[in-house]
Amino acid sequence: MSTTATGTKWWSGGRSPFNVEYGKLMMWYFLMSDAFTFGAFLISYGTIRFSANSWPDPNVVFQSFPFLGSGLPLLFVSLMTFILIISSVTMVMAVHAGHRGDKKAVVWNLVWTILGGLAFLGCQAWEWTHLYHEGAWWGSNPFANADGSTGHQDFTNFFFTITGFHGFHVFSGVVINVIMLIMTLNNVFEKKGHYLMIEKAGLYWHFVDLVWVFVFTMFYLV
Amino acid sequence: MSNEAVLHSHDVHSHDDHHGHHHHESFISKYVFSQDHKMIAKQFLITGMVWAILGGLMSVLFRFQLGYPDAEFTWMKDLLGKWVNDKGQITAESYYSLVTIHGTVLVFFVLTAGLSGTFANLLIPLQVGARDMASPFLNMLSYWFFLAASLVMLSSLFVETGPFSGGWTAYPPLSALASAQPGSGTGMDLWLIAMALFVVSSLLGGLNYIATILNMRTKGMSMTRMPLTIWALFFTAILGVLSFPVLLSGFILLIFDRNYGTSFYLSDIFITANNVGALPNEGGNAILYQHLFWFLGHPEVYIIILPAMGMVSEVLSVNSRKPIFGYMAMVGSLFAITILAFLVWAHHMFVTGLNPFLGAFFVLLTLLIAVPSAIKVFNWLTTIWRGSIRFTPAMLFAIGFVSLFISGGLTGIWLGNSALDIHLHDTYFVVAHFHIVMGVAGIFGMFCGIYHWYPKMYGRYLNNTLGYIHFWVTLAGAYLIFWPMHYSGLAGMPRRYYDYAQWESFKQFGDLNKFITIVAMIVFAVQLLFLFNFFYSIWKGRKVRSQNPWGATTLEWTTPINPGHGNWPGEIPEVHRWAYDYGKDGQEFIPQTTPVGSNETNHH
Repeated sequence: MSTTATGTKWWSGGRSPFNVEYGKLMMWYFLMSDAFTFGAFLISYGTIRFSANSWPDPNVVFQSFPFLGSGLPLLFVSLMTFILIISSVTMVMAVHAGHRGDKKAVVWNLVWTILGGLAFLGCQAWEWTHLYHEGAWWGSNPFANADGSTGHQDFTNFFFTITGFHGFHVFSGVVINVIMLIMTLNNVFEKKGHYLMIEKAGLYWHFVDLVWVFVFTMFYLV
Repeated sequence: MSNEAVLHSHDVHSHDDHHGHHHHESFISKYVFSQDHKMIAKQFLITGMVWAILGGLMSVLFRFQLGYPDAEFTWMKDLLGKWVNDKGQITAESYYSLVTIHGTVLVFFVLTAGLSGTFANLLIPLQVGARDMASPFLNMLSYWFFLAASLVMLSSLFVETGPFSGGWTAYPPLSALASAQPGSGTGMDLWLIAMALFVVSSLLGGLNYIATILNMRTKGMSMTRMPLTIWALFFTAILGVLSFPVLLSGFILLIFDRNYGTSFYLSDIFITANNVGALPNEGGNAILYQHLFWFLGHPEVYIIILPAMGMVSEVLSVNSRKPIFGYMAMVGSLFAITILAFLVWAHHMFVTGLNPFLGAFFVLLTLLIAVPSAIKVFNWLTTIWRGSIRFTPAMLFAIGFVSLFISGGLTGIWLGNSALDIHLHDTYFVVAHFHIVMGVAGIFGMFCGIYHWYPKMYGRYLNNTLGYIHFWVTLAGAYLIFWPMHYSGLAGMPRRYYDYAQWESFKQFGDLNKFITIVAMIVFAVQLLFLFNFFYSIWKGRKVRSQNPWGATTLEWTTPINPGHGNWPGEIPEVHRWAYDYGKDGQEFIPQTTPVGSNETNHH
């Protein structure tokens, strides 16, 4: 059936008005829902921070790099961000390879994406451990405010809750990508004749990366 | 196009599966782990009914306390154990637990899961012409998450320290400090777990409803040919998918405050109850929780009322034998309500210290909702105006819904004013308002749907005589219970008090409270009559003999009387017209599947 002919009545029933399968539609709506979850977190963070007299300076808190010591503000988180964005690029390449039906390229790009995700999670684990050894955790903030006063309790509370929630999303994204990889290797998509499931996994992965841009901005830059 | 291939392969797949109903269904796969939307609808309905009875019973119990604060019902001690003190009165602690759990289960488990869970599942595939939901599996999961939430909530009734007792809104610090009162400990943990599971259930269901309505309409079923039930369920699902996640965020922060020493909602306050003393927390804000809660909480009332509105529109039109008046205006009002639902939450918070300048905007946006609401009311009235009305029980409940929606909606205009709200906030006026406009109206919408679509669900009719008794007693009872509360509320009687006899200024309402309690018991008893009717009729009710017993135009009445999984034995019918061709060109009704005739007058 030709679907691109002019005058196609997209909304008159018997077809998807957006020309997508139901799963992708559900993914888009799920991502909207998830965006509201993160939005609520970040707005909560914003209101508490706005009502505080002062707040710790991220350039002082986040200034360590493994093996290089301290005095390198935001260098490590820049690396983390870079890794995550690159993993989005490899995800795009996996989706494109799927469009071509190029199984080998799908596999390799998925592997790189999974490695990128794991590297990001590893970096986060290092950062959390480092902060923990400096005395930071839920309910304890060793970092003084920028104006020298005792640090606001909710600085670490929000940091660990929101980056943790994001990390949980990255972790589930990695799990999804591993499942996609196994399914690809077992020729599930070859038999189906399309790699649309990888597109949906890709949507999720890009969303998680996009959220990180906001989390990164709100916690490290502002 | 690869996408088209997927769409069609899905279709073909369901043909193979359901064409002749050859596949074997065991008891487990048919009744328990069913993936048939009609069975899942029944599961939602019956679970919701169990909760309605439990929640209703709770209200009868706390009405005992309010109506007879000095009576000594020692027999209750045998029934409820330590919830009742030695004098035979419900303890203050369990009074608050009953009020809290009554609110939680009626709002979420009955009027959200029981109402839209039931009718979205039953009606969406049947009325848009689909063999099942987009994802029957996720649909099944949606029910099982709801059941898990139900069981966890139920278990909280039996823990040593009692269920949560800080009100259905679960404001901190009562909800954030486990030591604040007995119910804030284990009871609150279970409450939070149950609600988190409920959010997951609602998300899985909502995504499915949206995807099904957008993607799986049969040929010819354009959006503007859909029955208003489907439009209403569509907007309900969008409201749920976009507002419940914010509640979830609020809950996650609450869990951290409860268990991991954070200060999101807690600040350096001093709490005298139970020797809690000075809190170590700093910098948190209890009002933040209220914002997060009401960002869901307000859309939630529309999640309850929109499906009722949709079903009422359908039933009024079918039983007046007239097309719905102002179809596009109805759709537009549903859309307007959906948008406004997200922009009015702070009207629950006028007395929290909210900036009055900001409050003014929330007043304006709140009062704007009166416009689409009034459009809907006038359209319902003009739909039945000069119709050939058939007063079936479903029709009576639909008319009752309109009556209640007007009565309760008008007091919403009072409460939406931030200045009036200073006086009315937290009084019985609020209790009267939301019970009439959301609670009873929502339940009436649900009854309207049950009476109307029962023949489709079970292939039998509910008993009409019992239905009429059920309707009249419930309608009169609802007004007798909640109308007087407007007066006591205006006189300043606050909500949530355990014993009004202690206050000189509220003693005068003692007899009124007694009267309300008596009516509440009668209304509750009549619901048991309905329950009897419901279960008796499943097996013994009058059998449906005609495929289209109400003479309705919509697609669900083109299926067999007892449709199997897959709904239509042959091809899915094609749709040629909108859902409201009643009394057109001298014909009583024209089903949506009838092709447009050559000399038909103007056609939708």
